Amino acid sequence: MARYFTDEHEWIDLEGELATVGITDYAQEQLGDIVFVELPDVGTVLDKGGDAAVVESVKAASDVYAPIGGEVMETNDALEEDPALVNSSPEEDGWFFKLTVADRDELEGLMDAKAYKSFCDSL
Amino acid sequence: MSDNDDTETPEALPLDAWHRAQGARMVPFAGYAMPIQYEGIVTEHQWTREQAGLFDVSHMGQLMVTGEGAAEALEALVPGAIASLKPGRVRYTLLLNEAGGVIDDLMVTNATEWIEGDEDEGIEGRWGEPAYYLVVNGATKWDDIAHLREHLPDEVTLTHMEDRALLALQGPNAAQALGRVMRGVPDSLVFMQSTTYQFGEWPLRITRSGYTGEDGFEISVPAEFAEGLAGRLCAEIEVRPAGLGARDSLRLEAGLPLYGHDMDETVDPVSADLTFALTRKRRESGGWMGHEAVAKVLADGPERKRVGLKIEGRLPAREGAPVFAGDAEIGRITSGGFSPTLGQPIAMAYLDAGHTAEGTEVEIEVRRKRLAATVVPLPFVEHRYFRGS
Repeated sequence: MARYFTDEHEWIDLEGELATVGITDYAQEQLGDIVFVELPDVGTVLDKGGDAAVVESVKAASDVYAPIGGEVMETNDALEEDPALVNSSPEEDGWFFKLTVADRDELEGLMDAKAYKSFCDSL
Repeated sequence: MSDNDDTETPEALPLDAWHRAQGARMVPFAGYAMPIQYEGIVTEHQWTREQAGLFDVSHMGQLMVTGEGAAEALEALVPGAIASLKPGRVRYTLLLNEAGGVIDDLMVTNATEWIEGDEDEGIEGRWGEPAYYLVVNGATKWDDIAHLREHLPDEVTLTHMEDRALLALQGPNAAQALGRVMRGVPDSLVFMQSTTYQFGEWPLRITRSGYTGEDGFEISVPAEFAEGLAGRLCAEIEVRPAGLGARDSLRLEAGLPLYGHDMDETVDPVSADLTFALTRKRRESGGWMGHEAVAKVLADGPERKRVGLKIEGRLPAREGAPVFAGDAEIGRITSGGFSPTLGQPIAMAYLDAGHTAEGTEVEIEVRRKRLAATVVPLPFVEHRYFRGS
């Protein structure tokens, strides 16, 4: 399983033809206490870089973008009950949605874990 | 808060290094680098509701108006009674423009000093030169100062106390903690009373007031001693630093308006639901800037009014979101967020007359979705000010 990162602080896991998307630990740390996550409807077709979800923290609303294009197949229902999962387990239990991989070429330019870490360190 | 972000490099306040050492995340606010949070907004919010939070509000303007006739001169600019305000008493009031719009909201303290007599010499004690201590908003202080300088008469002196920091200790255990550090001080004050206090070398002004809805104190301290005082207070088991984020969510729950968001120069105090700040006698007698315009709104009733809204579900509605009754847009959210105490989103909005009654059901549009909301009385969370035992 390969994990990639965007410079907007989303992560994406590839598992065969399906990809799982969430926001990084760095992102949740910056957002602070998350009180609501607005997820896309299953069946929504997302474009790479387009609006995919909205995270509401106590402070403000922030957009989450699709790291690649594809159709949303599943969303994380647990976030409805417990949005704070994004704070406590951003890169595992706090995942946002799963989507099909429309075009593998869109993974080009995403960062691996090492590159993302040095990107965060530079911020 | 984002519209207060300055693009220019924000100025450092006296406690800048102290905040950073406490692990604060600093953000630009009102032209200064300010701590938005240390541990987390919700944690600091809850700590303040249960124990005591220490807020640095040194960005606010601390002004002193002195001289014979200072009270009368201030009364010409604010709708609150100042001449009848006794020494050591504090009043919330407003600076209004000619059109009745709110230039700023502020706290005025009668800071006139008592000068001790000398029995042996046969000299009686007396009140010194009239002095009024004003605390105004950080983002508006320069405009306030310009406004005051323009309108105060020459014999009245306005001093901007730029060499002082301001700390707010807020929460149900604030008095207990402060009492341990400065014995007897909390017992000498009830809500909206103020005193000077010499703490060792440090000349303080301590006021029992705040912006969280909790009991608490605002302590004015010379900038050079601010770090010492902050450290001293945070050494108490009940006290932890709290940032601007918690300050905003606490004041929202307390139903307290934030200048520049919940009111500004385009809004009169009646529409802003601040009629309590118009001293009853002076509503008719007038003699204050903006009286004519405000008297008209008082007589006719406001076209729109600031109200509280409780929102169903968990999605918060933010400033600027439109409010609907059916298809008709009837107002806008002026501040909104998630209430940690109530566990649901709350907001303040200006709604057209006819939709402001308690229990009125409305809808708020957030990202093309309609959220159900109900008009509720303010505050959302009851105030717990100490008014005496």
